[in-house]
Amino acid sequence: MSPWLPILMAVPVLGAIVVALLPKGSDKLAKQVTLLVSLVVLVLTLVVAVQFKTGGPRFQFQAVYDWIPSFGVKFGVGVDGIALVLIALSAVLVPIVILASWHDADGTQSADGTLITPKRSVKTYFSLLLVLEAMMIGVFAATDIFLFYVFFEAMLIPMYFMIGSYGGAQRSYAAVKFLLYSLFGGLLMLVAVIALYVVAGKNTFMFPELVGAIQDPATQKWLFAGFFIAFAIKAPLWPVHTWLPDAAAQAPAGAAVLLVGVLDKVGTFGMLRFCLELFPDAAKAFTMPIVVLAVISIIYGAIVAIGQTDMKRLIAYTSISHFGFIVMGVFAMSQVSQSGAALYMVNHGFATGALFLAAGFLIARRGSPHIADYGGVQKVTPLLAGFFLIAGLAGLSLPGLSSFVSEFMVMIGTYTSTAFGSGALAVAAIVSALAVILAAVYILWMVQRTMNGPTAESVKAFKDLNVREIVVLAPLVALIIGFGFFPKPLLDVINPTVTQTLVNVKVDNPAIAEKGAGQ
Amino acid sequence: MTTHYLVLSGLLFAIGAMGVLIRRNAIVVFMCVELMLNACNLAFVAFARQNGNLEGQIIAFFVMVVAAAEVVVGLAIIVTIFRTRRSASVDDANLLKY
Amino acid sequence: MESPAEIVQHTAGGMIGASWLMIAFPLLGAAILLILGRMTNRWGHLLGVAMSLASFVVAVLTFLELIGLPADQRRQAVRLYEFIPGMVDMGLLIDPLSISFALLITGVGSLIHIYSIGYMAHDPERRRFFSYLNLFVAAMLLLVLAHNYVGLFIGWEGVGLASYLLIGFWQFKPSAAVAAKKAFIVNRVGDFGLLVGMFIILATFHTLTFSDLGAQIAKSPPSGGAITAIGLLLLLGACGKSAQLPLQSWLLDAMEGPTPVSALIHAATMVTAGVYLVVRSGAFFFPPDSAQALAVSIVGAATLLAGAIIGCAKDDIKKGLAGSTMSQIGYMMLGAGLGPVGYAFAIGHLITHGFFKADMFLGAGSVMHAMNDEVDMRKYGGLRKFMPLTFVTFFVGYLAIIGFPLLSGYFTKDGIIETAVHHQPILGWLAVLGAGITGFYMSRMVFMTFFGEKRWEKDAHPHESPAVMTWPLILLSIGAVFLGGYLILSNRLMDFLAPAVGAPPLSERPEFDPFSTAGLATLALVAVGAGFAWVRYGRAEVPAVAPRGSFLTTFARRDLFGDALNESLFMRPGQWLTRFAVYFDNRGVDGLVNGLAAGIGGTSGRLRRIQTGFARTYALSILFGAALLAGALLLVGNI
Repeated sequence: MSPWLPILMAVPVLGAIVVALLPKGSDKLAKQVTLLVSLVVLVLTLVVAVQFKTGGPRFQFQAVYDWIPSFGVKFGVGVDGIALVLIALSAVLVPIVILASWHDADGTQSADGTLITPKRSVKTYFSLLLVLEAMMIGVFAATDIFLFYVFFEAMLIPMYFMIGSYGGAQRSYAAVKFLLYSLFGGLLMLVAVIALYVVAGKNTFMFPELVGAIQDPATQKWLFAGFFIAFAIKAPLWPVHTWLPDAAAQAPAGAAVLLVGVLDKVGTFGMLRFCLELFPDAAKAFTMPIVVLAVISIIYGAIVAIGQTDMKRLIAYTSISHFGFIVMGVFAMSQVSQSGAALYMVNHGFATGALFLAAGFLIARRGSPHIADYGGVQKVTPLLAGFFLIAGLAGLSLPGLSSFVSEFMVMIGTYTSTAFGSGALAVAAIVSALAVILAAVYILWMVQRTMNGPTAESVKAFKDLNVREIVVLAPLVALIIGFGFFPKPLLDVINPTVTQTLVNVKVDNPAIAEKGAGQ
Repeated sequence: MTTHYLVLSGLLFAIGAMGVLIRRNAIVVFMCVELMLNACNLAFVAFARQNGNLEGQIIAFFVMVVAAAEVVVGLAIIVTIFRTRRSASVDDANLLKY
Repeated sequence: MESPAEIVQHTAGGMIGASWLMIAFPLLGAAILLILGRMTNRWGHLLGVAMSLASFVVAVLTFLELIGLPADQRRQAVRLYEFIPGMVDMGLLIDPLSISFALLITGVGSLIHIYSIGYMAHDPERRRFFSYLNLFVAAMLLLVLAHNYVGLFIGWEGVGLASYLLIGFWQFKPSAAVAAKKAFIVNRVGDFGLLVGMFIILATFHTLTFSDLGAQIAKSPPSGGAITAIGLLLLLGACGKSAQLPLQSWLLDAMEGPTPVSALIHAATMVTAGVYLVVRSGAFFFPPDSAQALAVSIVGAATLLAGAIIGCAKDDIKKGLAGSTMSQIGYMMLGAGLGPVGYAFAIGHLITHGFFKADMFLGAGSVMHAMNDEVDMRKYGGLRKFMPLTFVTFFVGYLAIIGFPLLSGYFTKDGIIETAVHHQPILGWLAVLGAGITGFYMSRMVFMTFFGEKRWEKDAHPHESPAVMTWPLILLSIGAVFLGGYLILSNRLMDFLAPAVGAPPLSERPEFDPFSTAGLATLALVAVGAGFAWVRYGRAEVPAVAPRGSFLTTFARRDLFGDALNESLFMRPGQWLTRFAVYFDNRGVDGLVNGLAAGIGGTSGRLRRIQTGFARTYALSILFGAALLAGALLLVGNI
C-alpha cells in the first residue's frame, strides 16, 4: 500500500474546498491559492515519477481500499508507465492552464464590444479546475474499473460548468451537447462494466484480476462495443466527433486545453488499456473497421480543418486528425505503433495546449476567434507570432519537435506491423501519411492569414505577450523541443507497459529494427 | 343474494364514475367519488357476508376512514380554489397543463 | 564496379568524434539569437558569422583528419545518443560524401553570412535574419551528416523550415508570405514520398541506418518491387526539395526571400539536397538501367530543359537565375541517375555550381542593392562601368555556368553530358541542347544587365557595393574558376568519393577528352546561343516594356503553366473538397446529431399536449385504462 496516489488526489480536492470557502471578493487570493496547490501537485507528481521503476512490476504505487464490499467495489489505484506519463501531463498542464486563464473567468470582451459575463464567480472557476485535476489523476490511476467509470463520468461535471458558465456566446449549447454526447457513451460503458462484473463472476472490478476473465468471443464483442463506443466518443473518433469543435470553441482557452489535452486522452487511454486487454479477441476482430475509422478521422479532420474560419474550431479539428493517429497506433498492435500512440497522447497535450493557449492570447486581444479578423500580427507582436508559429509547427509534426517522434512511430509502426498480414495496415499507414501534407496546409494557411501580410487596422494596437503569458508558453515550447530531440525518458517509461499490453492481447509483434539499435 | 348486492354496487359505481366524468362542479364530482367508494364498500360487505369472514368488513372500515381523511383534504383544496378563482368548476383549475 | 567501403564505428575521439560541434555551433547561435531577441541587435550578426565560421573550421579539421585515414577507413559512423529506444539512434556519418557537402555548406555559407552583414545592414530585423541563417546551416549539416534516414529527415524538414522562414522573411509582403507557404507545402508533398520510402525501407531491411543497410545490401543485393518503390518514393522526395519536375513550382516564387537566402538555400545548398539523397541512397538506384534510376535521369533531363526554357523568358534577374538553378540541378540529377559513373560529376557539378551560382546570386543582390531593389533587367543596362567588381565576378560566374573552356562548369557539366551521351544517348543529347539554351539565357542576362544602354529608373544611382559584400564575391569567383578543373582532372573527386559512393569499373573510368563529339557539339551550341543573345539583347536595343511575344514566350514566362496546372489539378478541387467536407460535417454529421436531438425535442413537445389540465380527461383515461386492464385479465383468463 503506497499513500502517494491518494495523496496526489487529495491535495487538489482539499485545495478546491479551501478555494471554494474563501470569502467573496478575494478573487486574486483564490487564483494564487489554486496556482500554489497545482504546483504542489506537480512537485508531488515529479516525486512519484522519479520513484517509478521502469523495470519493476506493471502497477506501482498501488493502494486498494474497500469501498462497496457487497459488490466487491474497491477504491483501487496504481499506475503503469502510460498512466504515469498521462498523470504527469495533467500535472504539468494544470498550473500552466491556471496561469493562462488568470483572467478567463473575469468575463471576456467579444468582437462587437459586448461583455460576455460568466454565470458563476471567479473562485468557483478555479475551484472547479482543482476538482478536475483530482479527477484527471484519479481516472488514470484507477485500477478498479468501477472507480474508473465513476471518475470517467464525474469528470464531466466540472467541465460542464467550466464550458457552460465561463464560455463564449454559445456556451450553453456547447456544454449541453458535450454533456449529452459523453453521457450517452458513459451509459453504454456502465452497462458493459456491470455485464463484465456479472459474466466474469469474480465478485471484483479490479482490472488486473479481470484480464483474461472473459473467454467467450461473442460476449467479448458485446462488451468491447460498450467500452469502445464510450471511448470513441471521448476520443473523439469520426463520426462521433462533432461535439468537440463546439465545446473547444466555446470553452475558455484554458478549459479547452484540458478538454482536448487531457480529458480526451481518457478515451484513447481506455482503448489501449481496457478494450485491448480485457477483450483481446474482440479487439483483434474489430481492428480493421476501427483502423478505417481512424484513417477517416485523420484525413477528414485535416480536410475540414482547412476549411474552418474560426481558429479554435480549426485547432479542434486538427485534434480530431491527431486522435485518429493515436487510435490507429493503438489498434495496429505493434510495439512501435502503440508506444508511438502512448507518446502521442503526451505530445499532443503539449502541442495542442500550446496552440490553444497562443491562439487564446491572440483572441483575447481582439475578442474574435475569426481568422479573417486578423492579419499582419507578426509585425506588431513578434513574440506572440513566434510562439504561435512554433506551436503550429508542433501541430504539423515538424521533425525536431516532439509530435514528430510520435507521429513517425505510429505511422511506421502501423506500416511494419505484422499483426494482421501487413497489406491493409500498410495501406492505412500510407494514406495517413497524406495528412503530413494536409497538416502543412491547415497550419501554415492559418499562420499566413493571421500573422503575415500587411498589418490590419484592428490589430495595430495589440500589445505583445506579457510576462505571465511568456511564462505560460515558454515551458510548453521547451518541452516540445526537448522531447523532440530526447524522447527517450518518456519512451523508457511507456515501452514496458506496451510490451505487457501486447502480451495480454496475445499479439506476437516484436519491436522492429532491434538489429538497427547497434549502430 | 350476493348478486343483487353486486348489481347494486356496480350501478352505484357506474353512476359515480359518470358523475366524475361529466359534472363540472367540484363538490358534485367529489360526492360522486364518495359514491364510488361506497359502492366498493357495499361490494366488500356483500362478499364478507357470503364468505362468512370479517376481512371485507374490516376493509370497508378502512375505506371509510380513508374517505373521511380525503374529504377533509379535498374540501379544503376546493374551498381554497373557490376563494382564489371565485369558481368551483373543475375545468377552471387547469394550471397543471403542459 | 567497385562497391562502397564498409562503414566502421568510430571509437577514437579526435576531430571526427567531435564533429557534432559542426552542427552545435550554428544551432547554438540560432538559439541565442532567437531567445535573447532584441538584446542581441547590436552584435547578433557578428555572432551569426562567428558561429558559421566556427562550424567551417570544425569541418576543415574533420576533413583533414578524414583524409589522413586509409581509404577503406574513411567511412566513420559517430554514435551520439539513443533517439527512439530500440529503433533509431542519433549519429553522424563522416565520409567523403558528407564531408564534401559539409565543406560546401559551411564554406559558402560563411561567405554568404559575411555578405549578408552588408546586404541586410539597413534591415531592422537583421539579427532575426542571422538566426534563421544559422538555423539553416545547422539543419543542412544534420541532413548531410546524419547516419540514418531519420536524422536525415529531421534535417530535411529543418532546412524546409529555415527556407520557409527566410522566404517569408519579409512576411508583411503578401507575395512573400504566400511564396513561403507554397514552398513548404510543395516540399511536404516530396516529404510524403520520403516518409513512405522510409516505411518500406524499414519493413524490408529492418533498419534505417546507412551502415546496416550497406551490410544488408552487400549480403543480398536487393531486387524486386520493393526496391523500385523505394527508389521512386525517394525520387519524389528529391523532386520536392530540389525543385525538379513535377514539384518545381515553388522555387521561382521562393525568390521573394532576401537575395543571400536565394544564394545560399535556393542555389548553393538546400535545393541540392535531392541530389545528395539520390547519391546517398545509391543502393536503391542500382543497377543504373533499373526503372527507378532511369526515372531519376529522365526527371533530370526534363527539368534541365524546363528550367532553361523558363530562364529564357524571365525579366526578373532573380527568377532568371532560379530557372537556371532548376536547370543545373537537372544536370546533377541526370548525372546521379547514371550510377557510380555519374556520381562524381553530379557531386562535382553540385560543388562548382554552389560556387558560381552563389557568386551570381550575390552579384545580382549587389546589383539590386545598387538599383534600389529593382529586379527587372529591362531597367538595368550598362552597369559594368558603375560596378566593376560586381561585373567581373558575375562575368566569371557566367563563363563558368555556360561551360567556357577551362572554367569550373566546363569540366563538371561536360562530364555529366559526356557520361550521359555514353550511357543514355537520348537524354545526353537533350542535355547538350540544354547547354545551348543555357548559353543563350545566361548571355541574355549578362547583356541586359551589364551591357547596352542605361534603362534605369530616374532615381537610380548605382554604386559599387561595400567591401563586406564584394570580398565574398571575389572568393566565390575564384572557386568558380579553378575548382572544377581541380576536382575533375585525373578523377580526383571520383577517387575521393569512391569509398562512400562506389566507383565505376576500371574499363568505364572516364578520361577527360577535350575533343569528344559531345563536348565540341556543346561548345558550338553554347556559342550559337550566346551569339543569338548578343544579336537580340547585346547589339539591339532592349525594350523597357516586355513585348507580348509568341505563344512559346508566354509558355516560358508563365513557368510552363506549372502554376496553372497545379491550380486546376489540385488547388481548385482541393478547395471544392474542403468546402464540401465542411458543409458535410456541419450539415451531414452534425446535422444528423442535431436532427436527432431536434427530433426528440419535437416529439416530446407534441406528446406533452396530452396534458390538457382537465381533471375529467385524466379520469376518463384512468377509466379506459382500468377497463383495458380488466378486459386483458379476462382474456388471459386469470380472473
